[in-house]
Amino acid sequence: MVQSYVPLSYYLLLSGFLFACGVVGFLIKRNIITIFMSIELMLNGVNLSFVAFAAHWHALAGQVFVFFVMVVAAAEAAVGLAIIIAVYRTRETLNVDQVNLLKL
Amino acid sequence: MNSSLNLWLIPILPLAGAAINGFLGKKSSRQAVTTVALFFSGAAFAMALWVALRFSSLTLPYHEYLAHWIRSGSFSADFAFYLDQLSLVMLLVVTGVGFLIHIYSVGYMWDDPSYYRFFSYLNLFMFFMLTLVLANNYLVMFIGWEGVGLASYLLIGFWFTKDSAASAGKKAFIVNRIGDFGFLIALFLLIRHFGSLTFDQVFQSITPMSPETAGTGLLTAIGILLMVGACGKSAQIPLYIWLPDAMEGPTPVSALIHAATMVTAGVYMVARSHVIFERAPTALTVVAIIGTLTAFFAATIGIAQTDIKKVLAYSTVSQLGYMFVACGVGAFSAGIFHLMTHAFFKGLLFLAAGSVIHAVGGEQDMRKMGGLKSFIPWTFLTMGIATLAIAGIPPLAGFWSKDEILWKAYQVSWVYWLIGLITAFITSFYMFRLLYMTFFGDYHGVQVDTHGHGHDAHGHGEPHESPMVMLVPLMILAALSLVGGLVGIGDRFEHFLAPVFGATDAVEGASHGTEVLLMGVSVAVALSGWWLAYLLYYKRPELPQKIADALGGFYQTVVHKYYVDEIYAAVFVKPLIDGSTRILWQDVDRKIIDAAVNDAGDGARHVSDEARHMQSGNIRSYAGWIAAGSAVVIAFMIWMGVR
Repeated sequence: MVQSYVPLSYYLLLSGFLFACGVVGFLIKRNIITIFMSIELMLNGVNLSFVAFAAHWHALAGQVFVFFVMVVAAAEAAVGLAIIIAVYRTRETLNVDQVNLLKL
Repeated sequence: MNSSLNLWLIPILPLAGAAINGFLGKKSSRQAVTTVALFFSGAAFAMALWVALRFSSLTLPYHEYLAHWIRSGSFSADFAFYLDQLSLVMLLVVTGVGFLIHIYSVGYMWDDPSYYRFFSYLNLFMFFMLTLVLANNYLVMFIGWEGVGLASYLLIGFWFTKDSAASAGKKAFIVNRIGDFGFLIALFLLIRHFGSLTFDQVFQSITPMSPETAGTGLLTAIGILLMVGACGKSAQIPLYIWLPDAMEGPTPVSALIHAATMVTAGVYMVARSHVIFERAPTALTVVAIIGTLTAFFAATIGIAQTDIKKVLAYSTVSQLGYMFVACGVGAFSAGIFHLMTHAFFKGLLFLAAGSVIHAVGGEQDMRKMGGLKSFIPWTFLTMGIATLAIAGIPPLAGFWSKDEILWKAYQVSWVYWLIGLITAFITSFYMFRLLYMTFFGDYHGVQVDTHGHGHDAHGHGEPHESPMVMLVPLMILAALSLVGGLVGIGDRFEHFLAPVFGATDAVEGASHGTEVLLMGVSVAVALSGWWLAYLLYYKRPELPQKIADALGGFYQTVVHKYYVDEIYAAVFVKPLIDGSTRILWQDVDRKIIDAAVNDAGDGARHVSDEARHMQSGNIRSYAGWIAAGSAVVIAFMIWMGVR
């Protein structure tokens, strides 16, 4: 096992920072693509803490979880992008404040 | 071993008649309806006669099992019939008198537009009554019991477009229901304690029990509750009020249901349950007291009535009182004997009254009759016989049975005897009053056609005799009233019923003189009642009015039937209606139940009205809510961790 020279707390801080960035972006941005990317950022922030813990504790479960998260994220991206395209075709905007009729 | 008698045919025949007339009668001719109705009721009578003829060769009691009905645990009730001397007497009375009344009704109801409906109901009534008397357990008896209640409701309210008839039917039904409630509870007690309702089994378990001496106990409770049921059906105090109102029905109905058969169901039931009553002296005393009071009370009301049918109605109530006195002093066979003779002469009285009403074009007020004996001699003759019979003039039917009851009552307590005797005097008085007012003096009914008494008010000037089809039943019943009492001579009737009620040993050898003396007294009393009526309503017809004026308030009280209906209305009906309207409807239903439902709906709407603002459709506000929610959850978890 290769000794890790970066302490766990650094990873966790980075992970928390990435997650916080995602949350803030999710809350303040109006462009739906940006919001979508913020979500991906939050997922990856969490992924980072998973792999960091996995490496620290020498446990495989964290790594496996990351794969699951990535699969879900990929699926979500496919569906989400499809929806975004559909919205854009009818509304001709990606501003979420103008997409509030709860229908296409 | 008995070969099957096929007893089930006896009730089923009238039922078939009722069904055929009820379903097909509307489209058939009157002749066809008549044929069906008379055939099926006559066939039932013929069956009953056939059974009676084979009676001596039967081993009694005879059981006939038809089908399972209820099987529940150890309890079972079957459709099964039972024949002994008592049911046979009832069977013959119901089918015989019933058949005669069917014949009579052909003439009486001929012009009624609902002719078929009348006969359908009449047959239906016979079916239920026969079920009642042939039942081998209390439950089947109860079917008949409720059924005759239904049939009487239908028949009393037969002219249902008339308000008074409709409400009289309702009254009969509701008042009967009160009695039925007592009957039902008695049945529940029987099931609870004896696990059966079959006569044989119940009586077998009761027979070894000794009489309840402390005055209370299970059998006393059952007995009194059964008596409550009998009070309803047989129109005894305090539930007699429906019977006089029931005179709203067509007259043959009054004769069939409210004189000859249905009201006797209570007497029959008490007599059938004699095993219970004999072991419950308190219950017997209750029966005797109710009977005595009713007999006397109803008779006094009868004095002041002017409606010919109302007089007979109260007389029926009064005579039923006699039957209960008989049962109450343990002389069940005397009660049944009176039931039988009463069926003859009271059926006759009602039918003759119907013939009178028919003759004067629907008038029922005796003050507007008078002098009818020359117009309708046959009716007069038969009604005269019935009056003599009910008044207790020997050797007619009523004398034997009434005297038997008075004699048995005397042996128990002279109080019953005395009140019974006074009642006999009053009975004789009001019956001859009826006879004199109707048939003697001058005819007062000039305006026969102006009175809308409904169906048979076909215009005619003079009273006219009824057709043969009505007169023949009158004559047959008159013959029975003449000789019907003779079967009781020398206690033959009692001996006939002895296997049912147990033999009462003829111990009164020494008191035979007393019996003859009492007999003389009651004849004297009956004759003096006759004489008084003769004096007041024939010789000095102006006197009654003077007496009435002199009595003033008391007379008015009697005319208004002691205001019993008004008292019941004030004590029971009005509080019920007011309580239902004000408390149950306006308070409980509208202010509590409705309010709860409405408020729940309103509340949900208000809350939703507020809450729906959250559902803005704005994605960023959702995001804000999610973030805030997550923050709360995280804060909570941190707090939990710190703690």
